[in-house]
Amino acid sequence: MPLTEETRAAAADIIAQYPAGHSRSALLPLLHLVQAEDGCVTAEGVEFCASALGITHAEVSAVATFYTMYKRRPVGDWLVSVCTNLSCALLGGEEVYARLSRELGVGHDQTTADGTITLEHAECLAACDYAPVLTVNYEFFDQVDPQSASEIVEALRRGERPAPTRGAPLCTFAEASRQLAGLPDPRPEAAAGPGVGDPSIAGLLVTDTADATVAGPAGGAPANGAPARSTPAKAAPAKAAPAKAAPAKAAPAKAAPAKATPAKAARTDDSTKGS
Amino acid sequence: MPVTPVLTGRWNTPGSWTLAVYESTDGYQALRQALELGPDDIIKIVKDSGLRGRGGAGFPTGMKWSFIPQGDDKPHYLVINADEGEPGTCKDAPLMMADPHSLVEGIIIASYAVRAHRAFIYLRGELVHCGRRLRAAVAEAYQAGYLGRDILGSGFDLDLVVHSGAGAYICGEETALLDSLEGRRGQPRLRPPFPATHGLYASPTVVNNVETIATVPFIIRRGVEWFRSMGRERSPGPKIYSLSGHVTRPGQYEAPMGTTLAELLDLAGGIRGGRRLKAWTPGGSSTPMLTADHLDVPLDFEGVAEAGSLLGTAAIMLMDETVDMLKVVRRLTQFYAHESCGKCTPCREGTTWMVQILSRLERGDGDAEDVDTLVDACDNIFGRAFCALADGATSPIVSGIKFFRDEFVPATPTDRVAGTPDAFAGAH
Repeated sequence: MPLTEETRAAAADIIAQYPAGHSRSALLPLLHLVQAEDGCVTAEGVEFCASALGITHAEVSAVATFYTMYKRRPVGDWLVSVCTNLSCALLGGEEVYARLSRELGVGHDQTTADGTITLEHAECLAACDYAPVLTVNYEFFDQVDPQSASEIVEALRRGERPAPTRGAPLCTFAEASRQLAGLPDPRPEAAAGPGVGDPSIAGLLVTDTADATVAGPAGGAPANGAPARSTPAKAAPAKAAPAKAAPAKAAPAKAAPAKATPAKAARTDDSTKGS
Repeated sequence: MPVTPVLTGRWNTPGSWTLAVYESTDGYQALRQALELGPDDIIKIVKDSGLRGRGGAGFPTGMKWSFIPQGDDKPHYLVINADEGEPGTCKDAPLMMADPHSLVEGIIIASYAVRAHRAFIYLRGELVHCGRRLRAAVAEAYQAGYLGRDILGSGFDLDLVVHSGAGAYICGEETALLDSLEGRRGQPRLRPPFPATHGLYASPTVVNNVETIATVPFIIRRGVEWFRSMGRERSPGPKIYSLSGHVTRPGQYEAPMGTTLAELLDLAGGIRGGRRLKAWTPGGSSTPMLTADHLDVPLDFEGVAEAGSLLGTAAIMLMDETVDMLKVVRRLTQFYAHESCGKCTPCREGTTWMVQILSRLERGDGDAEDVDTLVDACDNIFGRAFCALADGATSPIVSGIKFFRDEFVPATPTDRVAGTPDAFAGAH
């Protein structure tokens, strides 16, 4: 597929972001950009980057093969990445991956025959507090289990676009790749999607529910003044929209503190020294 | 022990990522204050605050800034390490999603202090939504006159670019990050020279973690004394502790440096299902595991070091009594084998061979000698590579064997759940 005029214009804009004389810094963005055209980094994409930056094919290929997000075979419509690193593995990430692999009939970095799904197991996705997680074209589906993950993927195969737990509404791999290249997401709703679930604000919820002391700005400067949402605890870690309400597996079992020491209950006044 | 929401303070506020909400919650006031001061005054304030890098190494931030040569004729750069990927670490992503302007404001102040006119956020590629939020915040900041030419009439210029990576854990290592930002394979550089004099494009460069820089506006605004009112003498301030794994309420808990795991578990509802704690990492998978004997260790740089581990990123992965330690260690070692950049032989070869040995033990085909071989291999890897990835790779093995050696020796191989010790090394 020939690289479009639009791609060439975008490349020029991307290169212009970097200091004069250091255009090679644009190589990673440009590789994302050419990947947007073909779903992988093709020989033509390598050629394009090399000529745009005045470096050799070998230099471009060396970089393209180093990073896991650059694909050597076309990615399906939806790249489904299942984290199987430790925090996710402890809570069933490997089972999620195994279920999807079995149902889709593909292994790591393989695409279903109908071209809809590419499956991969991912290393830590920096969402350990939402474990187990998977991403679809890099949008987060949090606290999945084999069943809910299967339903997400089934919905994708039916042509639906299930809503991510956090992030923007799903976009195509090509669109995500263009954003990775640094181009703006043209969708007005893009930045507005949810970014915060209960785990991100777990510490804040403690302050809401347990009257724990919030160490204020002793220096007298204003604290953050805006009111917090008042009932955040109900913003339950969402499952993917289409997934049936998943079993409340995260529901806290009666939690014994790991330690024998009595939980110092309702510690409301034990402020930090000096405050 | 209270929670001390400072960096996390805005995260539950509707629209927290927008300029309007940020400005209505004291946003960009620190910048105005900073621009009234001289760059050296800012460096002094940050030095006096005792702020230490939140990316893992704990290097004093003000001191790092003061290493940037002044009066030279080279351009200076500030590069933000937003390549969050250390297993267990999940604090910078929510910060960038919920409060990207705090990072942008910190970047402007820090750049002003080190006389940098260009700054980059090297963002982990997979964090696409963080990228949207950051790019939107940067665009808003340009429009409001916080970035670009003559910022707020101060005469100070700064351009900021959000640069997405492409999936490589090693790029969280600062010199590999710089190579990657220069459009190369992300492989660590030999030091010296250090980035402070020969960083990006061989120019003076400060590389700081997201959480570190996002702390700076609060220090400017509320003062050194306020900052030092939290935490401990040598590790002051608040810290975002990230709890994951077998815990009732996983998540981000911002508390003073030196908070203990016992205290954090009180906040987080304890170990799930009332089970017992078996092992935990204090700061990500690269920090040696600790056990239930370490619940009262103060979690700051000194406290954890005294206990034989590292604070790292304060990414606490909790494992209860049901975990198979051999499987945990094998899985983490596969991660390091996959993420080794291949530059240094001990790391490249060592991690690969150790995965094979661990897999053999897991299948029940190994023997006690294999455990000694692992320890020996770790001894030959630690400190013998360009960067800390290799050292980190030895942490799960050495600490796992130290505390749970019996689980590595296959006394009763049939006890072992049939695992899948095959290729679980995935994309990063």
